[in-house]
Order: sequence, then structure tokens, then C-alpha cells
Amino acid sequence: MIASLSPSGLEQLWFTLIAVLWLGYFFLEGFDFGVGVLVPFVSADDLDRRVVINTIGPVWDGNEVWLITAGGATFAAFPAWYASVFSGFYLALFLVLASLIFRGMAFEMRHRRDDARWTRWWDRALFWGSALPALLWGVAFADFVHGVPITAGGAWTGNFFDLVKPYALLGGLATLSLFTLHGATYLGLKTEGEVRERARRAGQRLAPLTFVIVTGFLGWTDLSAHSMHHVGLVPPLLPILGVVVLAGVGWLVRDHLEGWAFVATALVIVALFTTLLLNLYPNVLVSSLHASDDLTIVQAASHRYTLEVMSWVALIFTPFVLVYQSWSYWIFRRRVRRPGAAPQPDDAVSTGA
Amino acid sequence: MNLLVAGVSTLMLARWQFAITTVFHFLFVPLTIGLGLLVAIFQSAAYHTHDPAYDRATRFFGKLFLVNFAIGVVTGIVQEFQFGMDWSRYSVFVGNIFGAPLAIEGLLAFFMESTFLGVWIFGRGRVSDRVHLASIWLASIGTILSAAFIVAANSWMQHPVGYTIDPTTHQAVMTNFWAVMTNSTFLLAYFHVLTAAILTGAVFVLAVSAWHLRRAHDTAVFAKTIRVAIVVTVISALATMFLGDSQGKLEEVQQPMKMAAAEALYNTTNGASFSLLTIGDLSGNPIFQVRLPHLLSVLATNSWDGKVQGIHQLQAEATKKYGAGSYVPVIWLLYWTFRLMVGLGIAIFLLGGVGLWLMRRRRLERSTLFLRVATWMALAPFLANTFGWIFTEVGRQPWVVYGLLKTSNAVSLISTGYVVTSLVGFTAIYTLLAVVEIGLLIRMAQVPPAALPAADEPVPELIY
Repeated sequence: MIASLSPSGLEQLWFTLIAVLWLGYFFLEGFDFGVGVLVPFVSADDLDRRVVINTIGPVWDGNEVWLITAGGATFAAFPAWYASVFSGFYLALFLVLASLIFRGMAFEMRHRRDDARWTRWWDRALFWGSALPALLWGVAFADFVHGVPITAGGAWTGNFFDLVKPYALLGGLATLSLFTLHGATYLGLKTEGEVRERARRAGQRLAPLTFVIVTGFLGWTDLSAHSMHHVGLVPPLLPILGVVVLAGVGWLVRDHLEGWAFVATALVIVALFTTLLLNLYPNVLVSSLHASDDLTIVQAASHRYTLEVMSWVALIFTPFVLVYQSWSYWIFRRRVRRPGAAPQPDDAVSTGA
Repeated sequence: MNLLVAGVSTLMLARWQFAITTVFHFLFVPLTIGLGLLVAIFQSAAYHTHDPAYDRATRFFGKLFLVNFAIGVVTGIVQEFQFGMDWSRYSVFVGNIFGAPLAIEGLLAFFMESTFLGVWIFGRGRVSDRVHLASIWLASIGTILSAAFIVAANSWMQHPVGYTIDPTTHQAVMTNFWAVMTNSTFLLAYFHVLTAAILTGAVFVLAVSAWHLRRAHDTAVFAKTIRVAIVVTVISALATMFLGDSQGKLEEVQQPMKMAAAEALYNTTNGASFSLLTIGDLSGNPIFQVRLPHLLSVLATNSWDGKVQGIHQLQAEATKKYGAGSYVPVIWLLYWTFRLMVGLGIAIFLLGGVGLWLMRRRRLERSTLFLRVATWMALAPFLANTFGWIFTEVGRQPWVVYGLLKTSNAVSLISTGYVVTSLVGFTAIYTLLAVVEIGLLIRMAQVPPAALPAADEPVPELIY
């Protein structure tokens, strides 16, 4: 039946665009999450904490819109994917939503009252609201690839514990550690003085741990891709690229090559999620019950007309979004410093070397 | 059978969850839209007149706007996700059509409002005054645009157009995007929602300004903001009422059952009277009523003896068309939410009118009674917005997509335990947020702007 047909050009385009939206989301909110997790570890006092939070202050909300747009685009282009994933990952998504609520409120709330207890509670919200989604997104994407209990058409037959298998948990730890490292390299670029030094030390400590976890996860992904689906990455150039770049992050951080370290963690994020999404293709959700029950791009896709309308809208408006979002990063390119601190020579962000 | 029982209770819980999360979200959204516009107006005034009072007004209401904006954002993500979580069969059915405006909303509106708001919050002193002013306007336009796409999506559920049903997948498939975006229901509903949102912002500014004027705090600021707020209140209240009236007439054609229930009109009548007050027993038979002759026909059809259809006849018609079942929504809820929405709207309009009259008489600041009533009137737009949406959404039942998909066939086939967990979880989180948020807003609204840093002070290094 239709499942045997290969995706049309438009369907491939939309799978790619949604992949790009997720990559953009993880690249951008990845360091937001990392910064949120690192706040308690790189700050000596409340002023430090404010410095750290202010590095993502102007941009975190715009970064989160990548998620909202990815969700909306999935709903529009692949309704069955959206419906199956969102109802199936119900409790996991509830936790993600609760985390994002507390985290988003923390930014706007923590400095609004001069009360240490108030601030401390919002700091906890920021930490857990960053750590939990960083973990859960990895779990979810690992589950997409390794399969969840769905029958034909994407109907769920499993429960919450079908989502937390060893492979998926390793995926969660991979994204949590990688996003935290990404946050550390971002802080290296955006802070100065003590905080910058602490971020560097945190990055140095995190790099080997992240390397072990991510290498393990990518290795498992690649081996199981060969044995289970025979699709994806043969030869495994992307995962190898990711692992090699990740191996260098520790040195880049140690040698104060902050710009390159940030580029490196960004590349690893792209390599990791591209590996997973290529592995998924031409499915959008793998069934752990039976290979013939996999939900494919063709089955999940909207009709041609909807995809055409959406393509035109994306073609016309995406350039504007990219331009003004980049412009906002340009405006806030300066390092964030403690009030009263003297400006340092390398005030503007450079690529390091 | 087991599945059926599970389905029924999942349905009920999922409906409660949608109602709670949506009503909560929409307490804050209209204020974001309305207050954003007013802050932009204040900043424009400050930019062009160099009057420090407008600058203080911008900062003062700007802070309140930001705290309110944050809660709208975080509760908005829940809105997008829960279609898939709780209403996956609905999502598959409508995705081809309903998903597109949601995706476009993200691309066109949310990126714009969040990015430029970031520039506005952190950019003071870092970008030029002109760019800083442009950023609040772009953020405001973003909020106004976002409402357009979500109301377009909702209007398609109220009155589906530009679609066909795929014979093999039984999904609704879009055939004409232009028709979806120019749906008659959408055009009226969008501008009704938009003017009501502007009204919400205006009444909020009016109420806060009145509170401070009564205490003679920084009258240079609040004498100005209250005047702007009164003018905007009167204009937007008039527009909201006019658009609402047009919507009522359109509904009489598109969803006559909703209007019949709103009026508790059981039998089709020519020259129908308008019920000012009806008290009925539980089966819906009126015990006591006060009615104004012919008014309903005039309101619904623009004619003295116009025919208004009744609940019994519409039910019989629907059974013939769609098969057995009840097609009557909860009458008492529609009857009262409709009256409360309209009544509160009129009350706000009257308050604005009195304010305008006092302004012309130059007695505004001295009229303690007006200032006191104006402060309490802050609640009215929030209640009216809520009643309006409850009326619109409950009035469409038993349909989720009018005439095409019943709500009972839209709910996800998931364990009731999931929905219980998230229902309890969201209710707890939202209750906590409401306490924190409203407490903070009231506290911040009471600090007079004279206590804020002046315009010529250096820009602080840290904002958050």
C-alpha cells in the first residue's frame, strides 16, 4: 500500500525543514539550557548569577520560538507524526512543559523582589527547568529512532516506561552533558573575569565526561542502525566527525580558544541530531513492535497543497527571521560584566585565536 | 466497552484541562496585546515630545507589560502541545488545515515579538532611541499578528471553509488557503478579539492610573495616562460592541443553535422578544422571565419581524442531517456567559463615557467616585474575555469542528491516568503561577514611577 511509496520531493523538503528547525532549536536553546544548569557552578554570589543569566537574557525567548515553530510545522506538515508523538510521549512532554514554564518565569521573576528566599526559589526553578528538558529531549529523540510501541498508523500501545530504556536514557545523558558543555563554551564567550575562568574550568571538567557519553551513544546508534534498519549512515561519517570534534573541545577550552570551542560544541550538536534524524528517515517514528508498523513520512504527511502553501510562506519569511535574529545577537555581542568592573581589552567577542 | 468507558472519562478530563489551561492563558494574552500597544504609544509620545512624564509612563507600564508577557509565553507553549497530547484524533483530522496557521504564527509573529522584545528590554542605551522605539512597535505588531493566526485556526473550527474530506484517510484537506484566511467568521472574530484585547489594556491602564491619582502619586504621569486610556477605552469598546453585534448576526446564519441557546429561545419565532432574565428549571423550561418585545429579531436579523430559529426545531433538523444524538449545548452556560460578556462590555463603555465627560468638564482628578469605580473595573475585561470564549467554544458543542467532527471523536485514545496527572499538574502549577503573578503585578503597580530610575541615569549593566 502507500507505505511502500517513497517520499515526494515536497515531503522530503518538509522533513528536512523540520529537521533544521529542531537543529536550530538545540543549537540555540542548547546553550540556554547549559547556562541554566551551570548558574550554580560558575557563580560566587548573586551578582555573578545575574551576570550569567544576563548572557542569555535578550535571546532565550527568541530561541524557544524555534521549538514552537518546529511543533507547529510538524503539526501542519506531518499531522500523524505530531499526533502520535505528542499523545504517546504524554508524561515526558508534560514534564518538559512544566520545566519550560518554571524556567521561563524564573528569568522574568527572580530579580523582581528584593528577597533572598524568593530569588533562591526561582534559581532552583531555573536549574531544574533547564536540566530536565535537556535530558528529556535526548530521551525522546533516541526513542524516535529505536522505536516505541505503536501499531500501524501510529496508535500507541505502551506506557511511560516503554520510553525509558537504556538506549534512550543514554541519549538523554548525552544531550544533557553536551548542552551543559555547550553552555560552558557560550559563557566563555560572553563573560569575563572570574566567571569566565570558572566557566572554562567547568568546560574542561565536562569535556571528557561528555566525550565518553556521547561517543557511547553515537556508537550504539550506529551499530544498531546497521543491524536493525540498514538505513542511515554507512559509512558513519557524521558520527565520526562529531566524536572527533568533541575530542578537541577539552583542548580548545584549556587553551582559551573560546570562539572555536563554541563552534565545536555547536558542530557536535548538529552532528548528533543529524545522525539521529538521518537514521530515522524515511520514517518519522519507528515501531518497536513490528517493522511494518513504522510510521513513515509518506503516511504522516499532509497533502501536497498544504505543503506548497507552507513552502511559499517559509521561503518568503524565513530570511527576515534569520536576519533580525542574527542582528539581535550582533547588538548584544558584548561580554556581560559585573557592574563597576573595568572593561577588559578583549571586550568584544572574537573567535579566540 | 472498557475502552468506551475510558474514552468517556478521558474526554471529560481532557475537556476540563483544555478549558482550564486555555482560560488561564487567555487571561494574560489580551493584556499583553493591549498593554503592549499602549506602552508603544507612550514611548512614541516620549520620543516626539521629549516629555519626561511619558518616559516614566513607558517604563512604569513597560515593567508590568513584561511580567505579564512572560506568563503568556510559557502558558502558550502548553496550548500548542496539548492539541497533540489530548486531542490526537482531532490533530490528525485537522492537521492539513489547522497546523498551517500555527506554524505561520510561529514564523511570522512569535519570532518577531520575542526578538524585538529582547532588543527592547536590553537595548535601552545600547541601540539608538529610534531603534528602541521601533523595537517596541515591532513587538506589539507581533502580538497583534499572532492573534490573527490563532483566531483564523479557531474560526475554521467554527465555520470550516476551503477544504474537502479525503475519501481514503477521512482527513480534512485544505483546498484554498485564501478562503481559510478570509473566512467571514475569522474576519469578524479576529477584530472583535483584537479590539477587546486593546480594551483590556486600556482599562488596565485606566484602573492603575486611577488608583495612583486617588493618592496623588506622580500626577504628571497618571493625569496623562488616564486620558489616553479613557479615549482608547471608549473607541475600542464601541468597536468591540459593533463587531460583536455583527458576529451575532453571522452566527444566527452559521451556528443558529448557539444563538438560540444564548437566548434560551426554544421555539422558532417571528418577531422574537429578547430575554433580559430567564430562570428555568433543570430541564430548561422557563419559570420566570422578563422579555423585551421584538428586540431579539432586531438584533439577530435587523428586522422587526425577522424569524429566529428555536432550539427544538434546530435539534430536529440536526438529527435529520447528522443522525441521532443531542445537538443542544449547555443552555444555562451559554445564556449567562453571553449576558455577562455583553453586560460587562456595556459597563466598561459607560465608564469610559463618564470618564470622557469628566475630562471635558476638567473634573477627572477630583472625582473620587469615578476613580474608585475605575480601579475595580480592572476586573471587568478579564471576565468578559473569559465569558466570551466560554460562550463561543461551549456553544459549538457537541462539535469540535462544526458539522464535521464531534468532540467525543477528537480525544486521544490514551490512558485516563495520563490526563489525570497532567490535569492535576497543570492546575496546581497554574494556581501557583496565578498567586505569584497577580501578587507581583499588584505590588509592582503600586510603586509610583517617581521611585524608578530617571531617564538620564546610566544604563544598568544587568537587567535580569
